[in-house]
Amino acid sequence: MAKSYNKEVSKGVDWVVVWLYALLVAIGILCIFMVGYKPSAGFNTVTTFLSGKTNYSKQFIFFGVCITMATFILLADSKLFTAFANLFYAFGILLMLATFVLGKNINGSRSWIPMGGGFNLQPAELCKVFAALALAKFLSRQETDFTKVKSQVIAVVIALTPAVLSIAQNETGLALVYFSFFIVMYREGLPPALLIIGFSFGVLVVATLLIEKNVLALSLTAITAAVIYFMRRQVKRSKPLLVMILSIWVICVGIQRFAVPYIFNNVFQCYQSTRIYSMVGKEYDCSQNRSAIKRINEKEKAAKKPDDYNVRQSKIAIGSGGWNGKGFLKGTQTRGKYVPAQDTDFIFTSLGEAFGLAGCAAFLGIYLFLLLRIVRIAERQRSTFSRVYAYSVASIIFFHLVVNVCMTIGLFPIIGIPLPLISYGGSSLLGFTILIFIMVRLDADRQMVLR
Amino acid sequence: MSVFNQSRSGVIQIIFGTVFLVIIGQLIHLQVFSDEYKIMADNNAIYRKIIYPERGIIYDRKKKALLENTVMYDLVVTPSEAKGIDTLSLCNLLGIDTAQFRKKMIEVIVRNGRVKPSVFEALLSPEMYARLNENMYKFPGFMLNDRSARIYPFDAAGNVLGYIASVDTGFLRRHSDEGYESGDYAGMTGLERSYEKVLMGNRGVQRLIRDNKGRLQGPFENKAYDTTAIAGKSLYSSIDVELQLLGEKLMTNKVGSIVAIDPKTGGILCMVSAPNYNPNFLTGNQRQKRFAELYKDPRLPLLNRTLGTYYAPGSTFKTFVGIVGMAEGSIDDKMTVGCGGAYYGCGRRMGCHARGTFTLKPAIAQSCNSYFAVAFRRTIEFDKYPSYDSALNRFNQYAYSFGMGRKLGVDLPSEKRGNIPTVKDYRKIFGPKWKSCNIVSNSIGQGEVLTTLTQLANVMATIANKGWYYTPHLIDSIEGGDVYNLLDSFKIKHHTLDVPESVFEEVHDGMQGTMEFGTGAAAAVPGIVVCGKTGTVENADHGVKQADHAFFGAFAPRDNPRIAIAVMCENAGYGATSAAPIASLLIEKYLKDSIAGKERQNKVESLAKMNLIPKRMKVAMAVMDSIQRMKDLEMQIQKAAKEAEDTTQEEGYIPVIDTAKRNIPKPVKSKPLKDTSKRAGAVAILNDERKHSSKKNTKA
Repeated sequence: MAKSYNKEVSKGVDWVVVWLYALLVAIGILCIFMVGYKPSAGFNTVTTFLSGKTNYSKQFIFFGVCITMATFILLADSKLFTAFANLFYAFGILLMLATFVLGKNINGSRSWIPMGGGFNLQPAELCKVFAALALAKFLSRQETDFTKVKSQVIAVVIALTPAVLSIAQNETGLALVYFSFFIVMYREGLPPALLIIGFSFGVLVVATLLIEKNVLALSLTAITAAVIYFMRRQVKRSKPLLVMILSIWVICVGIQRFAVPYIFNNVFQCYQSTRIYSMVGKEYDCSQNRSAIKRINEKEKAAKKPDDYNVRQSKIAIGSGGWNGKGFLKGTQTRGKYVPAQDTDFIFTSLGEAFGLAGCAAFLGIYLFLLLRIVRIAERQRSTFSRVYAYSVASIIFFHLVVNVCMTIGLFPIIGIPLPLISYGGSSLLGFTILIFIMVRLDADRQMVLR
Repeated sequence: MSVFNQSRSGVIQIIFGTVFLVIIGQLIHLQVFSDEYKIMADNNAIYRKIIYPERGIIYDRKKKALLENTVMYDLVVTPSEAKGIDTLSLCNLLGIDTAQFRKKMIEVIVRNGRVKPSVFEALLSPEMYARLNENMYKFPGFMLNDRSARIYPFDAAGNVLGYIASVDTGFLRRHSDEGYESGDYAGMTGLERSYEKVLMGNRGVQRLIRDNKGRLQGPFENKAYDTTAIAGKSLYSSIDVELQLLGEKLMTNKVGSIVAIDPKTGGILCMVSAPNYNPNFLTGNQRQKRFAELYKDPRLPLLNRTLGTYYAPGSTFKTFVGIVGMAEGSIDDKMTVGCGGAYYGCGRRMGCHARGTFTLKPAIAQSCNSYFAVAFRRTIEFDKYPSYDSALNRFNQYAYSFGMGRKLGVDLPSEKRGNIPTVKDYRKIFGPKWKSCNIVSNSIGQGEVLTTLTQLANVMATIANKGWYYTPHLIDSIEGGDVYNLLDSFKIKHHTLDVPESVFEEVHDGMQGTMEFGTGAAAAVPGIVVCGKTGTVENADHGVKQADHAFFGAFAPRDNPRIAIAVMCENAGYGATSAAPIASLLIEKYLKDSIAGKERQNKVESLAKMNLIPKRMKVAMAVMDSIQRMKDLEMQIQKAAKEAEDTTQEEGYIPVIDTAKRNIPKPVKSKPLKDTSKRAGAVAILNDERKHSSKKNTKA
């Protein structure tokens, strides 16, 4: 009985993903161990791992919880996820709203719900899974025609509602993650122009930060003039094209002259603006920042100019790793606790310092392998639901990984999002476990058509 | 499903791949091409801890340690850990009040931060250490850290051994390539300075990992880059500590110095500069205060008078004048000079204690001025030389070959070279046609001739050896060999210009006569044939005539000289009363190992009790004492006024203390001002005295 049961569960399970998952969590615990390791007399690795007092031991215990959770998911019926997708989503949104009432302030964001026993739940983490399910559910509906703008708008709303709530909770980082659903939607037929526009917008914002505003306005004008000149024949033939080019020019200059400064001075907090500026190597003048001015006016403590200590230390730790790194437990920066939040957001630094470029490349290789594997799984699904969900998984993990790693190596402003499966933290680990294992469950039933 | 989307899957995969490549690119940039991060990481995290080796020990000739290392303790506190302790009982143990405690704590935190251990109280006394050690468990966050310090088991030879002190910026600049760092200790004077290289040993470096708050985490790379400290090498000195102690005892309450040399080796047997100081006073936490006291003392106890200053040698120089005359043939043992109490050969009267008709031997024994004036003039006017100039040059060559007029090269810093006046000097003063009468004062060591006491002792050794000497030195050998070739110059035998042995015999006879029937008769050593020569040197300070300096030079035993000695007491009067008996006792002590007989032992005590501190120094000291008393009084009054202010302020009587404050200090302040000006004068005199402690004035 038990044997056939086992066979039932493991049938169709993609063991490659499962092993990659286990490998990454193991690497994660190793990294947390490197950060938390304190050499002292009578240090016993086994006892400290089982004590539940240190972070690596807690992560180890979380891992146990996650394995249990994964087993439950694998035991569940795939239809459960399609059936309850919308309900889950509603529940998730409700939880996020609940944070505004029950929320507990941890590190300046009210996005946590205390669960008792010292554990706190971050609904935004779980909501990623629910949003992915809801999006998959919506896109896999027979009546959804994703070529239509209406469907696209609904899909975007499903994806971004949790993001809006996250921003309201002061968790900009987690909000950004929901933008990764655009990758999924692109796969499902969102016009590529949107991605291109998005990318161009990004370039424009960075250019705004880097280049003096009048120079940039002039060069934008020059580019527009050049485009009109080279396209003069087409422009002569159709007036709307000229109007479009000119309106693009107006929008670009408008963004550059007004929108970006407005957002930086009025929407972002002083520290956020500073972080973004510091990424491109510039200094942000906090005296223009409305929230900073407000705070000063309220005679709270003056907006202290945060420096780029985190990024600098993070780059030092990674940069000092060299080709092969300093070796396991030999990272001086890790042992000296120079990098802040090193077991959560900056966990990649311990890896970079101890194992160097070789270790980082190997680690990223494993991750890339996992992502491509998930894309392959997605593409072999017969049901749209599973495919969309699998792509969501890939996109979310990809986005997390890229933002987190880029942040530690100074390619992205610092926003607090964890490195999937590696960073210390139960919510995060559990969230990604559920995310991945639902996909594994769905994939195991890939012969079925799920809607 | 939608097939067109298959290509989009490829696009997505390409996006994934591209972003990963960008990340890898940045990683290569950071980890491979930027060295700055590695340097910054090392600066961040590696703490180089210097491990100080034990300094070398200095032993005397009988392998008794003159200077050792001991462990002293610093009370160290880590403020962040020292919370909730019984402050009051700790204060009681330390003998401070809680206000001082808090002030100190704040100082420590400001200096070094909360999490790093810093010194709360340095170099505790042994009693304080014992008291604290029992109670340390009550004070978490406080620790007793050991630290190596110097200790002097005999309290002796402070001036010779020197002291160590933490290096200042000037020192670091002068010795920039020798690896000193701010806070290090280095030998500043004496043997500690001369043999610093040997004594300091090799410092070790320990590399430790430190965290973001500067706390040390443990060794770096399992100590792979650490170097171990190598202890300093010990020095074996020629000093006889018992002789040194006796010398210091005999020189109590006197200003002057003693140098005794083993003529066979050049090894210095004892080197006393009086007044001396207890070298143990300059270790421990009172060092700064005591050093300031010693520095301000008008008797200049920090000055090593044996070679750091020079005097006119007086009659002790006569032996040398006799030797040169005999060796050159300008005089012979048959020459006689009659003296009726003074020499008038040069017009001026040159007084003399001796009367009668003298040949060389009795002239030395009786210290006859006339004889040596004649001998000297004969040498200068000797027709063997084409001119006075060349005669004086020849005379000076002799002086140099006896180790005068040049630095001897003793292994102590700040040796002075003295002065042997040259033709050039005299031409400047008297013009090209100078006469022997112009410089006749030199014949009795009262002219421009200046020697350090060590040079004088060396002349005695040279005479004892009949024409050769080894450079006087304190260190005979170095543990583990003389790696830096510091002792090479002490192995070279220096020969004087050719002087026949018979001449030395003559001089020895004369010097023996000094002890048997001459000026040094009172200082004879029973059972030992001593050859000696007294000296009494007139001197003046700022044109004011002072009591004579007393000199005595000797060696013994005559046949097989084992000790050559020079003693001088500043402003002590006639040489035979102080300097000569001191030398005699030291010779006996060294040759016989003890002072025999009640009478001689009593002499030691009576000499030790004799107070011969020059009058002007006594005056200067009294002035300083009164200034100190005045300062103390002023401080007490101010303190009282402040206390009054504090209490009255508490009670709210502010107007009352205002007047009190104005009234009390005023008369006090005006008084010390006057005194300070007086004191400045005294110091100026002393500075002068340091440079030229004698003046030409002819008499012996």
